[in-house]
Amino acid sequence: MARLVVLGGGVSGHTTATFAAKWLGSGHEVVVVTPNAKWNWIPSNIWVGVGQMTKENVTFDLAPVYAKAGINYKQAKAVSINPEGSESSGKPFVSIEYTEAGKEGVTENIEYDYLVNATGPKLNFGATPGLGEGSQLGEHTVSVCTADHAVHASHELFKCIEKMKKGERQKFLIGTGHGMCTCQGAAFEYIFNIEHELNKAGVRDMADLQWISNEAALGDFGMGSLHMSAMGYVVNSRIFTESLFTERNVKWIIGAHVNRVESKKVHYELLDGSYGEESFDFAMLIPPFAGVGIKAYSKDGSDITDTVFAPNGFMKVDANYAAGDYANWKASDWPSTYQNPKYGNLFAAGIAFAPPHPISKPRVTPNGTPITPTPPRTGMPSGIIGKAVAHSICDLITKGENAPLHHASMAHMGAACVASTGKGFADGTAAAMTVYPVVPDFDKYPGTGRDTDYTFGEIGLAGHWIKHILHHLFIWKAKLKFGWTLIPE
Amino acid sequence: MAVKESEKVFEQEGQNFNSMVPGSTAKKLRTCIIWQFIRFVAINIKMIIVVSKSH
Ligand SMILES: Cc1cc2nc3c(=O)[nH]c(=O)nc-3n(C[C@H](O)[C@H](O)[C@H](O)COP(=O)(O)OP(=O)(O)OC[C@H]3O[C@@H](n4cnc5c(N)ncnc54)[C@H](O)[C@@H]3O)c2cc1C
Repeated sequence: MARLVVLGGGVSGHTTATFAAKWLGSGHEVVVVTPNAKWNWIPSNIWVGVGQMTKENVTFDLAPVYAKAGINYKQAKAVSINPEGSESSGKPFVSIEYTEAGKEGVTENIEYDYLVNATGPKLNFGATPGLGEGSQLGEHTVSVCTADHAVHASHELFKCIEKMKKGERQKFLIGTGHGMCTCQGAAFEYIFNIEHELNKAGVRDMADLQWISNEAALGDFGMGSLHMSAMGYVVNSRIFTESLFTERNVKWIIGAHVNRVESKKVHYELLDGSYGEESFDFAMLIPPFAGVGIKAYSKDGSDITDTVFAPNGFMKVDANYAAGDYANWKASDWPSTYQNPKYGNLFAAGIAFAPPHPISKPRVTPNGTPITPTPPRTGMPSGIIGKAVAHSICDLITKGENAPLHHASMAHMGAACVASTGKGFADGTAAAMTVYPVVPDFDKYPGTGRDTDYTFGEIGLAGHWIKHILHHLFIWKAKLKFGWTLIPE
Repeated sequence: MAVKESEKVFEQEGQNFNSMVPGSTAKKLRTCIIWQFIRFVAINIKMIIVVSKSH
């Protein structure tokens, strides 16, 4: 009987664990270690952040779902991995610390045959002075990265709306809180959802909306922008994004590294090396992401964290980390099996794997400050990678250690993204996009790096309906309800 | 001549002067239920193709 341990019960880890449990059956054991009691459909946190959904609408208890799936669930966080075991036992193990009420701080070592690291990002608020401490959000800004953060954000938003109703002008600053952030799409959704709600509340004319981001151009989204076929043209995403910002009267600051946050003010440096500051009454700034800080130790107890993990804390997999300069970057640098190069029974899925390099062109200010969006790993790729890793491990367990691995490179995979720009059955809108492939391949598609037959985008109510249906579909799937395996990632 | 509604947002010296903006028809179509139902079907087909190419 083999034991697969999955670290992280988010989009990717939940996919890995549930498919592995289904495919392996009761002859093998699947363990999930994750610190939260609830699963969160993170994309809908945007709607929680504007008061259009509750925390309960976007979360559910994991314990009954894992009990149904026959998964051994441990509400705990992984602290370290011993991929070679210890001097007393050659069996690899992971050390965990419980977060479950009543068991907080209790530690345990869990031996494994296969381990998947799907721990997602550490929300690294502490990287920007004033934005927060470590992974804790600070007092000056709000966040929508977790359901609890989003509930808090909605309360702060309502306070601003009340002030505007009383005649007090308010300034909203939304975007990225550091030069090396990813997830611009979430901030994009949030600013337009706020704009939509302010219109509904009849106070739009009392609000100034200001975007600030590390993208060199609007519409970069950490993917080096994308060209879409639209209206008989091949158009860059910058054109559409600028159009939307203009139409909805949102001002923008781009190429910005926010280097300090104070009460009602941010300080930033721009790509041209100049410095500026921007005041606000309400700010939501996405933090940079890092790995969650799991350590690794060898058999004799020496620290091998830098063998297993990249300096940013994400786990090394089968990527080409030696690609060097931007001019040398290739689509083939991107990993496809997500297996650790040193320890074959160790995999990473979703945001937890270390990308070989950004997708957007790296830029540095004349003062030497890097300002480059880091690559997004959105829900669909995270889910597909999680499923491919589950497939590989199930084959290794059931067919033997020479079974071929399954592949899911972001350079051969597309993504469907629906970015909400306002919620409402009849007046909502969203930008529905597909991009193929996620990582541009300029050898295969020399023009734009992508196949413009499969890369498109349009904004409208239909996009909003799709986003709302996906909310219900993905929660249905994550709860393992009837037909869940038929719903694609 | 009165400025058209969709063109009010432009600032002659501002950062948005070179942007394209939708006219009133394009804006109305965005929330026109019949048109959006057609787009719903079309977008779903496109997405299913991309999703099936990716699995
Ligand atoms: C506000 C917001 C909106 C978004 N909107 C969209 C969208 O519209 N579409 C889209 O495709 N993507 C969207 N994304 C991105 C999407 O949420 C991510 O791609 C996806 O969640 C990544 O999955 P993951 O499993 O890698 O990480 P997560 O889903 O973050 O899961 C990681 C899990 O690991 C757990 N964990 C953390 N530390 C440890 C530890 N030490 N030990 C064990 N477990 C640990 C965490 O608690 C969590 O459960 C959005 C993201 C944000 C923040």
